[in-house]
Amino acid sequence: MAAELEVLRTGPLSLFQDHGRPGLAEVGVGRSGAADRSSYTAVNRLLGNDSGAAAIECVLGGLSVRAHGRVVCAVGGAPVAVTVDGEPVDGRAPVELGDGQVLKLGTPKRGLRSYLAVRGGFEMPPVLGSCSSDTLSGVGPAQIARGDRLAVGPATAGPADHADAGLIWAGDGADLSLQVLPGPRDDWFGSPADLAVGQWVVSAHSNRVGVRLDRPAGVDPSAAPALRRKDSRELDSEGVMLGAVQVPPSGQPVLFLADHPVTGGYPVIAVVRAADVDRAAQLRPGQRVRFEWQG
Amino acid sequence: MRASRSRRSYHGDRYQGALVNVRLLRCGDRALLVEVDDVDQVLALTAALRADDACVRASAELVPAARTVLLEARNGSDLADLAACVTRIAQATDAADEAAPLGAQVQVPVRYDGPDLAEVAAATGLSTDEVIARHTGARWRAAFGGFAPGFAYLIGGPPDLTVPRRSESRTAVPAGSVALAGGYSAVYPAQSPGGWQLIGTTEVILWDVDRDPPALIRPGTVVRFVDLANRGGSAPH
Repeated sequence: MAAELEVLRTGPLSLFQDHGRPGLAEVGVGRSGAADRSSYTAVNRLLGNDSGAAAIECVLGGLSVRAHGRVVCAVGGAPVAVTVDGEPVDGRAPVELGDGQVLKLGTPKRGLRSYLAVRGGFEMPPVLGSCSSDTLSGVGPAQIARGDRLAVGPATAGPADHADAGLIWAGDGADLSLQVLPGPRDDWFGSPADLAVGQWVVSAHSNRVGVRLDRPAGVDPSAAPALRRKDSRELDSEGVMLGAVQVPPSGQPVLFLADHPVTGGYPVIAVVRAADVDRAAQLRPGQRVRFEWQG
Repeated sequence: MRASRSRRSYHGDRYQGALVNVRLLRCGDRALLVEVDDVDQVLALTAALRADDACVRASAELVPAARTVLLEARNGSDLADLAACVTRIAQATDAADEAAPLGAQVQVPVRYDGPDLAEVAAATGLSTDEVIARHTGARWRAAFGGFAPGFAYLIGGPPDLTVPRRSESRTAVPAGSVALAGGYSAVYPAQSPGGWQLIGTTEVILWDVDRDPPALIRPGTVVRFVDLANRGGSAPH
């Protein structure tokens, strides 16, 4: 019988994710997939999995699973304490669970999303070519819940690649900086350069759709100016990119992550460079962040 | 530059036989937003981009909308190459060409009982029967999607059915609602918030991930709305 992981406890949110569903934008389905793609990719490579094998994306850890059969797993992304039957192990190396053993993830001290992958990947019928849960469109598997039994696929023959074992960890919260390029709609703002002036703070309303940003409370507006539109023209909806920083009328920007809408009706002032989007996906509510124009 | 100007059309008093005018806007380090003049140019350009091998090889995602096409570069391909592709293709594309291939034709049976039908009639100066006749008489065509899975913006309706969005949007528009706004028509595939004027409802399933293809209406699909009341149904208007 194929091995399984039985879910004893989930943290705040545990979802299956993989490479997502590219190419369906015209029917209104976004790409979705792992929010921090480099961590997701690294942990799969560590196990020798096919790229694109489904893994579990856990917000703020907290996942606990019992093995039925032998399962080899590893944990990447936001650094988190991992135990097997209560004994600490290094999740950044393959961990073998025997039948009945319990693996637990603690709560990361920094970063937001950890990835639990198993050798062979999690097995389930893909939806439109992917096992990703798209929280915006509702396409894909349901949120992982206590009592679920998650089927583990047969191991592929791929060799483990330890080169990526130093997985990508998010910045430690002091002053994370993300590089942005202006546009496509920076000309809709009176002073678009203000995006990169002062700090922003990550709102608690952030999710896989986007990181919502506010100015820190009690900071002089000259040190952290609000983003103001030149006028109240309406923008025809247009395609938006992963990493786009869209500014709704409230002036509080949304930095789009994996489950972003395919199109948006508010102007995009700047787009985070592709290499920085994974770090943005690890931002925690309350964390400070600043933007820097890419030279 | 293309010499042939044999296929021309007039939109109002503006001459539309021209080539597609593109403005390239940078969208981060992996994508371009291509801005054109109107939805006809979007359709002509999108069809031309999809038919061009070099462009298909260089792009990972192509998102047409009302006045723009977003092009995301494929991994390993250069944004400057993609920009060169777009410029070359735009210069060879006639905006008036019916280049966009027509897809399947679908019939959507509608009960014209929407809560905004009377308001649409009032706003257009038509009777409700005239609104229904114009909506069912038009050959609609799906231009682009994006709002939600299976939602398609339909063009090709009569100009006198152009109505604004509602001043306040609804938090929950029921699935199957047939709607008008800004010259477009659409059917809401699932319950969602929405600001369009609702003129009717259909039982047709617009979106089903277990169906292939999942979207009943996708860009290119020709849509005919059919009034259920005129098909021997008993529902009065």
